[in-house]
Amino acid sequence: MTPAIQVEQVHKRFGAVQALSGIDLTVAPGEFFGLLGPNGAGKTTLINILAGLTRADKGRLRIMGFDVVDNYRKSRRALGVVPQELVFDPFFSVRETLRIQSGYFGLKHNDAWIDEIMHHLDLSGKADANMRSLSGGMKRRVLVAQALVHKPPVIVLDEPTAGVDVELRQGLWEFVRGLNRDGHTIVLTTHYLEEAETLCARIAMLNQGRIVALDTTSNLLNRMDNLNLKLRIAGAALPPALAPLLRDSRDAVHTLRLHNYAQVEGVLARLREAGAQIEQLELAQPDLQDVFVQIMKETRR
Amino acid sequence: MSGFGTLFYKELLRFWKVAFQTIGAPVLTTLMYLLIFSQVMQGQARVYGAIPYAAFLVPGLVMMALLQNAFANSSSSLIQAKVTGSIIFVLLPPLSYWEFFCAYVLASVVRGVVVGAGVLLVSLAFVEISFHHPLWIIAFALIGSAILGTFGLIAGICAEKFDQVAAFQSFVIMPLTFLSGVFYSIHALPGFWQRVSRFNPFFYMIDGFRYGFFGVSDIDPAISLAIAGASLIVLAAISLALLARGYKLRH
Repeated sequence: MTPAIQVEQVHKRFGAVQALSGIDLTVAPGEFFGLLGPNGAGKTTLINILAGLTRADKGRLRIMGFDVVDNYRKSRRALGVVPQELVFDPFFSVRETLRIQSGYFGLKHNDAWIDEIMHHLDLSGKADANMRSLSGGMKRRVLVAQALVHKPPVIVLDEPTAGVDVELRQGLWEFVRGLNRDGHTIVLTTHYLEEAETLCARIAMLNQGRIVALDTTSNLLNRMDNLNLKLRIAGAALPPALAPLLRDSRDAVHTLRLHNYAQVEGVLARLREAGAQIEQLELAQPDLQDVFVQIMKETRR
Repeated sequence: MSGFGTLFYKELLRFWKVAFQTIGAPVLTTLMYLLIFSQVMQGQARVYGAIPYAAFLVPGLVMMALLQNAFANSSSSLIQAKVTGSIIFVLLPPLSYWEFFCAYVLASVVRGVVVGAGVLLVSLAFVEISFHHPLWIIAFALIGSAILGTFGLIAGICAEKFDQVAAFQSFVIMPLTFLSGVFYSIHALPGFWQRVSRFNPFFYMIDGFRYGFFGVSDIDPAISLAIAGASLIVLAAISLALLARGYKLRH
């Protein structure tokens, strides 16, 4: 089967900065794929190269089998991009914006589909409002709608929920999940790791222009064989014997990293000996954030 | 509609939605020039022996407004889209660089011709003008606005900020128009400046355009048209090369 996205040995340099150094990546049709990494890791550069907004120095990229340079007309038709920046054209209304956007793709009589997207994104009430008059969240939804006017099989969302309130975020994810169920391939970048953990079946982590982890989300989570014990104590400081286990202390809550459940007994004994009272105790599985921090730490070395 | 058709339509809609500022304002400004200059110069000069100064001035002012607005259209549209980031809406779709070029330049031609026609119509209320060769008038209006539309496209591609486009307008476009014979026949100039004027492509556009009205000019209009045509080809080649490379657009 033709991969939805195929990236081979892509390099990109901006002046003195090596933004991407040898990225290889394949995303299968229908996948919900996450692209994670700290700021400046190269996520947006990679997306821009896929979309033809930036040109790679070296390497090949294909969308649904179409080369993004040699066959740009077909590759761009297959791709919808929701950009990170909240951009809009201040001259037009929502409906005009969407009609013009579908016209760029050579689509005639697209009004039925435009109405449908506006309905799904809760924009129908604002169809004739000027873009300038919309709130940030509304503008974000228009960007999503613009990415969908040409019914692309592959959709890339570059931090679509940055600065978006909880309710809209939930609604947006519900919508994107629906698109994925209908067979669209989704690629997502986000800083909210819990979102990536629940949505994405497979994840690539980028750091300094390289892929440092590429696996299914469950495999990434299983990499961490430890547990997080969160504690709030009163009456005494954390006993020195527990210091080697300490991961961090924030707002009087200590997080200890344990390797197995049996260790809990020892921790409780140390606390009792020190005369500390336990006010709060929580034992948690490692989450994507732990994995992310761990991998970034390893690759920095 | 095709991708090109939509981009062309979008560019027309963009200036049409603010027509007061993009058409009304330049028509008014140009009219001010006409009223003041023709009043001050009244009875003082006849150009080519027979043409009253005010009548001589009108085609020059029409062409000046047409050229400046054609330039303003493509350059301001592009720089605005680049600065706000909305340029991505035209970079993400499968538009070729030819479609991009034609849409921006044609929209500039329309804006230039609409403003020029507006200036001309309003001038007719004040000054009597003849139309000896309408086809030359149309030919120079089209080629002049295409040249400046292309020029504006290049400026919009190269600029990164609004003030760079404004500087281009003030330090290149304005001097070239003012020193091209809008307000005078170059025969009124000393020999040295007459020769300098002949290196200014704007001079040929205005001179040829004026020929269409009066049937007299400093230069044979066919030669002027050839020079203007050559300028257009050179500028179009430059801007197409920039667009094909994605210079400062797809960096």
